[in-house]
Amino acid sequence: MNFDFSDDSKLLREQAQRFLREQCTPKVVRHVLEGHAATSPELWRAMAEMGWLGAAIPERYDGAGLGYEALCVLAEEIGRVLAPVPFASTVYLAAEAILAAGSEAQKREYLPKIVRGELIATFALAEGAGEPREAAIRARLSDGRITGSKWPVPDGSIAQLAVVAARDSSGVSLALVDLTSSGVSRRALPMVDPSRDHAKIDFDNAPAVPLGASGQAWDIVRRLLDRAAILTAFEQVGAASASLEMATAYAKERFAFGRPIGSFQAIKHKLADVYVATELARSNAYYAAWALSTDAAELPLAAATARVSATDAFYLAAKENIQVHGGVGFTWDYDCHLFYRRAKLLALSLGSQRYWKDRVVAELETRNAA
Amino acid sequence: MDFDDTPEEAAFRAEARAFLNASFPRKQRSGGAHRYGDTDAAEIARAKAWQAKKADAGFAGITWPKEWGGRGGTPMQQIIWNQEEAEYEVPHNVFLIGLGMCIPTMIAYARPEQLQRYVRPALRGEEIWCQLFSEPAGGSDVAGLRTRAEKRGDAWVINGQKIWTSGAHYSDYGLLLTRSDPTVQKHAGLTAFFIDMHAPGVEVRPIHQMSGASNFNEVFFTDLRVPDAQRLGAPGAGWKVAITTLMNERLAVGEIRRPDLQDLIELARSVELDGRPAIADPSVRERIADWHAKSQGLTYTRFRILTALSRGATPGPENSIAKVVNAAKLQEIASFGMDLLGMAGGVMDPELAPMHAMFQDALLSSPSHRIAGGTDEILRNIIAERVLGLPGDVRVDKDVAFNQLPGGSR
Repeated sequence: MNFDFSDDSKLLREQAQRFLREQCTPKVVRHVLEGHAATSPELWRAMAEMGWLGAAIPERYDGAGLGYEALCVLAEEIGRVLAPVPFASTVYLAAEAILAAGSEAQKREYLPKIVRGELIATFALAEGAGEPREAAIRARLSDGRITGSKWPVPDGSIAQLAVVAARDSSGVSLALVDLTSSGVSRRALPMVDPSRDHAKIDFDNAPAVPLGASGQAWDIVRRLLDRAAILTAFEQVGAASASLEMATAYAKERFAFGRPIGSFQAIKHKLADVYVATELARSNAYYAAWALSTDAAELPLAAATARVSATDAFYLAAKENIQVHGGVGFTWDYDCHLFYRRAKLLALSLGSQRYWKDRVVAELETRNAA
Repeated sequence: MDFDDTPEEAAFRAEARAFLNASFPRKQRSGGAHRYGDTDAAEIARAKAWQAKKADAGFAGITWPKEWGGRGGTPMQQIIWNQEEAEYEVPHNVFLIGLGMCIPTMIAYARPEQLQRYVRPALRGEEIWCQLFSEPAGGSDVAGLRTRAEKRGDAWVINGQKIWTSGAHYSDYGLLLTRSDPTVQKHAGLTAFFIDMHAPGVEVRPIHQMSGASNFNEVFFTDLRVPDAQRLGAPGAGWKVAITTLMNERLAVGEIRRPDLQDLIELARSVELDGRPAIADPSVRERIADWHAKSQGLTYTRFRILTALSRGATPGPENSIAKVVNAAKLQEIASFGMDLLGMAGGVMDPELAPMHAMFQDALLSSPSHRIAGGTDEILRNIIAERVLGLPGDVRVDKDVAFNQLPGGSR
């Protein structure tokens, strides 16, 4: 039994932690949160230079080819500091979609640009309220043109390229759309977490290039969401740990009734519960990382389980962090709300708990029937 | 990452499995009743026979040194053995407390000639040990105990009462914690002994539990005479001895409990809600997903701990996670399973209630799991203080002599 990350991954984690602690301070996050910018280009450039954007992209497309274990490690550290960059949309979603469905020519065209940080890309799936469902895709694709409305699209106002799920004569298909072309209009959306850009994108006969076979994309979409759920679970675990550390530190230094508030059992038991939830989520995420890096048959169940666990843990950790801080936790100046906002955003970004819990049971039923 | 045994581990597992195969049938998951019942004399006889056989084959005391009859093996080997043994219809293990807690304490504190006398018979299952710490006035607050030990010549005279003693009714020896000096601070006035449970002055009375079974006892001491040679540690140093014992407690506890999630899924597939299988109901699916995430989270947390152990780490308080989560989950699953049966959920007739009334049985036995071996609340304190490093509670009993402490009416 060796249920741990490799020494290489651990080294990568240390480097990432050191870099992000210095370069992605709460000040950097707040710069985006407070509307001064839609992302942090400096951080993005540095991540590209360190090879993070291509961590799991094969070397033949200029990636680092480190594999998915390495990407999971990076995701956890990026999540821990709430990095305000289009990492998830570009790396977990767009690059993965191109790897899964793209032609060799498409991979050679786009992936090296993603690796170098020259191309921000995203995945446009949602069309308003609802869970990820095939029947909910209404955007129309015909004769190389796309028409429809997608929202919210993560990093939708800063991305140059979108992988769009749309319906053509044979079913749901994927298409690549240059977001700077005519027929595309977009506007940034106010979000519960403004530290991550989101947009509403309207396509009106915009030029679209097919990505993969026509009408057979929903299976790919579901696999894409499963894989992204694992990486997002690592972001959630990283951020849950950061929230717990923040609450624990405050409980040790804040005095009330003549003693540190962390000596009261009401606070201890609350933080013990957060610790338990976070460790269970971490363990589920580790297993999912194993499934992702070995492309195991268990991946769909492992992904849904990790997702459910990590969403619960981060939301619990973020909301109790505010509670432990008391009044100051509700102020703009304390960082508690940064985590709280991100917790809810990530809890919804790939579908709500309702969707993922149903996926867990559906996978269990499939397994039992087999 | 991988989940494979090393070649050495695989060889040990094969050896263990061959030995078990020759001794007992493998467990059939859904066959037979699962009840939380009493341990009767016939079961104890079977348990003793199995323990002797295990010891002779080198599968008892796997991590113990060879000089005590152990195997001199690794913690990983012990874990592999536990995994394998759990797959077979072996008798109830009545030696867990003795071998997991009492004898390790003896090895730390008893005299060499006493170890020669007691360790091997315990390992072979010839003598059963119990732990006599908890009292009516000291459960979570063990150091609040009141059983008096008074020195008379070269012996001590013991008077008082213990409670919640698992297996006292079939035990031969016990590890006893007493108050030898009530005039000093409570932790400073304790002294530990080992005693003969069959000696005059020891009376065991089984406790009739809310579940109907009697796994725990009250033990009364009336002028019990214990030779000073059976004292463990110095007079007044009993708390240190108790810590040695309790450190082993959360390692000794850890059996598989039913109904588990798989049982709940089986039930949810077989009963109907509103004309369709209960498992199709979104509210049922949501709960199953929650418990699946918790169960798997615990499984993989164990894997992480095992990985650390196999690299030579010592188990830490992180193990408290498993007990906190499992105890609550058992009670919740029992209750939720009964809810799925609607108006008939309360029926305990094993012929009528699904799965031999496993859910109803567990409803009534599960409250004990949240209390025994460290309450939910104490475990959360342990996590908060020893893992997160939060400060200890303010202690009003810290600098006060024991006999000056307020006792309350209960």
